Amino acid sequence: MDALNNLFVNIAAAIRGLFADSHSFSADLTINIIAFIILFLIMVVAALFLSLVERKFAHWVSQRSGPNRLGPHGWFQFIADAVKMLGKEDITPANVDKFFFKMAPMMLVGVTLMVFGVIPFGKGMVAIDLDLGIFYFFAISSLSTLAMLMAGWASNNKYSLLGGLRAVAQMISYEIPLLFSLLGVIMITQTFNLSAIIEAQETIPFVFLQPLAFIIYLIAGIAETNRAPFDQIQGEQEIVAGPFTEYSGLRWGLFMLAEYGNVVATSAIAVTMFLGGWYGPGFLPGWLWFILKIWLVIFLMMWIRWTFVRMRIDHLMHFAWKILLPLALVNIFLTGIGIYVYELLIARIGG
Amino acid sequence: MDVKKEKELRDAEAMAEKNILLTGIEKFLNWGRVHSFWPASFGLACCAIEMASSGNPRYDLSRFGYEVFQASPRQADLMIVAGTLTRKMAPVARRIYDQMPEPKWAIAMGNCACSGGPFADSYAVVPGADSIIPIDVYIPGCPPRPESLIFGMLQLKQKIQNPTKARLIKYGK
Repeated sequence: MDALNNLFVNIAAAIRGLFADSHSFSADLTINIIAFIILFLIMVVAALFLSLVERKFAHWVSQRSGPNRLGPHGWFQFIADAVKMLGKEDITPANVDKFFFKMAPMMLVGVTLMVFGVIPFGKGMVAIDLDLGIFYFFAISSLSTLAMLMAGWASNNKYSLLGGLRAVAQMISYEIPLLFSLLGVIMITQTFNLSAIIEAQETIPFVFLQPLAFIIYLIAGIAETNRAPFDQIQGEQEIVAGPFTEYSGLRWGLFMLAEYGNVVATSAIAVTMFLGGWYGPGFLPGWLWFILKIWLVIFLMMWIRWTFVRMRIDHLMHFAWKILLPLALVNIFLTGIGIYVYELLIARIGG
Repeated sequence: MDVKKEKELRDAEAMAEKNILLTGIEKFLNWGRVHSFWPASFGLACCAIEMASSGNPRYDLSRFGYEVFQASPRQADLMIVAGTLTRKMAPVARRIYDQMPEPKWAIAMGNCACSGGPFADSYAVVPGADSIIPIDVYIPGCPPRPESLIFGMLQLKQKIQNPTKARLIKYGK
């Protein structure tokens, strides 16, 4: 089990061992390139697979069979979708701002990929072990708002622009409760480093100490990834497909890739901050526990998506500013009192 | 020129005609295309209700992977002309068809879209959608049942998978 637990760490160490000086510049560069390729593959495969899992889940919710003609129980459907998307025409409409039109999907995918850099998939299995990990996550993930606005503005289409503006309003509003919900955890652990936060959860996952924060994070996280019931930015009835209206073929595929990549990244941060990361009963290796927990959170998000209807845009904003934000502040206050009482008790008992 | 060389040249010509180099890629792409037609959600009349119900659990178009109705024509592969095409709507329908990226297909669903149906001699109705949009598959019925629509989409799949056969049927030898 120990060997299995440290499988990837040992492989990395073996690759480093091939170099004369295992911490030279070239060894670091090699490891970084390999980590980048692996992270990219994880994102692409997870996103492609998730697009099918979502359809399967939708069909499970509405009690029918779902795609079942291609491969065993239709599990090869996503390959056909990807192949079809590769073969589609790439339309750049005449009056778009060509540079930003082509830039926006790439930027969104790049931003999503950058978030994956700080996620600790297991003990020692993190591409960049930043001391400001969670801070970096927020700084980078808020850039995706800019890409959405860029797509909406550059498309030169009224529906796209409306979608882009909705994206800005929604994602900036929900970023605040998202951030505040994680402050409670950071107050307890006194660190921004994601690996250190997971190590602090060895005895008890923070979901038991911070249940309110977990719920707020989940709701705000769904809103951040623009999924139902918060998918106003691509509401078909009002604005055709939001900022993505003018995109066809592979460029639109990149947007979908980024959306599902964002879902995985948000779930991974939820697992890191609340569900105890790689800790779990010892019959499975740590990185497998991490992946299983990510899937658990993703299923929760899908369950919510296929259960609730789309909210109205003003209800959405009210929900963020009048309910989630005060609740997040209350959570911070309660956590502060809890820490104070705990320290008093420790001083009295002499822990 | 000796006979052997002439035969070789003729073979090469035949191979070039069959596009032997790209046939594998084309087959692979076609395999992907036929298994995921994403129709534009574009309904004109009562046939659109049948189109919607073919996506419901009872008929379940999604078994074939065709249930992803796209709101934007830029992301759609297939246009289902579902219902009566009036002269006023015709330019809009043509525009939506033009906005779809290649490769694209169109299905005429119902008698109105096939030939004008009961309104064939009306001054307000286009007698057959094929006068403004190149139609691949015609589905008769007023309106056709969801099973007919699914059968029509499967016929379109056959057509794309066997391009030579489709050409033979249309133009003869």
